[in-house]
Amino acid sequence: MTETPYLRPRDLGEALAARAAHPDWMILAGGTDLLVSSNHKPTPVGMLDLWRLAELCFVRLDAGTIAIGAGTTWTEVERHPAIRERLAPLAAAAREIGALQIQARGTLGGNVGTSSPVGDSLPALLALDAELEVASTRGPRRVAYREWCTGYRKTQLAPDELIIAAHIPVPAANVRTAWRKVGTRRAQSISKIMGAAAITLDGGLVVSARVALGAVADRPIRIAAVEAAVRGVRLAEAGDAARAALRTAITPIDDIRSTATYRREVAENVVARFFAVGPGAGAGVP
Amino acid sequence: MKILLELNGAAATVDVSPWKRLLDVLREDLRLTGTKEGCGEGECGACTVMMDGEAVNSCLVAIGQCGGRSIVTVEGLATPAAGSTPEILHEVQRALVACGGAQCGICTPGIAVCAAHVIERGLVTGADDTTARARVRELLAGNICRCTGYQLIVDAVIQAARAITSARA
Repeated sequence: MTETPYLRPRDLGEALAARAAHPDWMILAGGTDLLVSSNHKPTPVGMLDLWRLAELCFVRLDAGTIAIGAGTTWTEVERHPAIRERLAPLAAAAREIGALQIQARGTLGGNVGTSSPVGDSLPALLALDAELEVASTRGPRRVAYREWCTGYRKTQLAPDELIIAAHIPVPAANVRTAWRKVGTRRAQSISKIMGAAAITLDGGLVVSARVALGAVADRPIRIAAVEAAVRGVRLAEAGDAARAALRTAITPIDDIRSTATYRREVAENVVARFFAVGPGAGAGVP
Repeated sequence: MKILLELNGAAATVDVSPWKRLLDVLREDLRLTGTKEGCGEGECGACTVMMDGEAVNSCLVAIGQCGGRSIVTVEGLATPAAGSTPEILHEVQRALVACGGAQCGICTPGIAVCAAHVIERGLVTGADDTTARARVRELLAGNICRCTGYQLIVDAVIQAARAITSARA
């Protein structure tokens, strides 16, 4: 019996070369998805371990953008002052991903790469209009996150590519952002529904909005019908407009975690609340 | 694959598949059975250990990833006996005993490790008892007790946090 090859590359160059040479190897970081019940799973063909690879672990503040390395953990995202202050929906999502033990190991790149419809950070990345940086030995490229997911757990990532970072534009001062997750319990639960929004306001008027939901389709999605329905609408009326538009925009399913009826009703409430006026309106962290 | 790691402050070597779970290596190869398996899915926290100073689920760590890293298990919390001085349990362990913060005991090692970690990191904050207790519940949300004895566990963590904070002040 030959043993599974395991490689912990010393740098990104070595990682990209290994990825190109072994596209069938498991790309492993924090293992919070890939190692679930791993003792009952077949051993992978090979393991390319990117956990703590220095070139993927960073948070960088560029002009108007915050770049977050793919290897950054949710603990690091949640603790980072600039992310907490300027990318509040992402910090809020990070704080609600699993619990402490999962946040210490789960990475941004892992959430984006696994691309589960219940990946908690994904609606936040959609609402914040993130751009992904991926790379291979052929070179780097950028992909708008809204075009990243191509199906159920399917993405644009090519077999020789690795996810390097997310580049997230910092919302302007007149943009309200929000995040909300609903699960079976307050913590350590898989989402029944979650969503995020970035709403550009001019006084009491909604100029434009990006509204995203998870767990209502085969992938995390922006809700174009809601975004169109609230454009140019007074904030006080936007919640009702959003609710009405959402009703025909999504077709959630019954599954082990929830029912379509429940998901539809809660999704409407969540989205309407993003536009709520008054104390605690649009509140992100519960 | 030969893997060299730091385990409870001392060097340890194992020769196993890199895919084997850290949890199984601890229990089967290193005979440290304090770490328990609850769910094997990263939900319950019974297998919590510290890896490079962060609390993690050892069922979700491949042993290959542990080479050169520091692992602390529940066996590493106490100050070991030295000469005529007996082993001294960690403040959290003593508080769990004093408060009766255990029922069947399967979740207890994971809770001891996680609580020690959050207290030592100074994460148990809160101006008053109510906020401090809420904070403890959030910090320990990844440690599920199916006997549901949370009240006394929270009591113990608060007590240990106070003892450690006042000892440092």
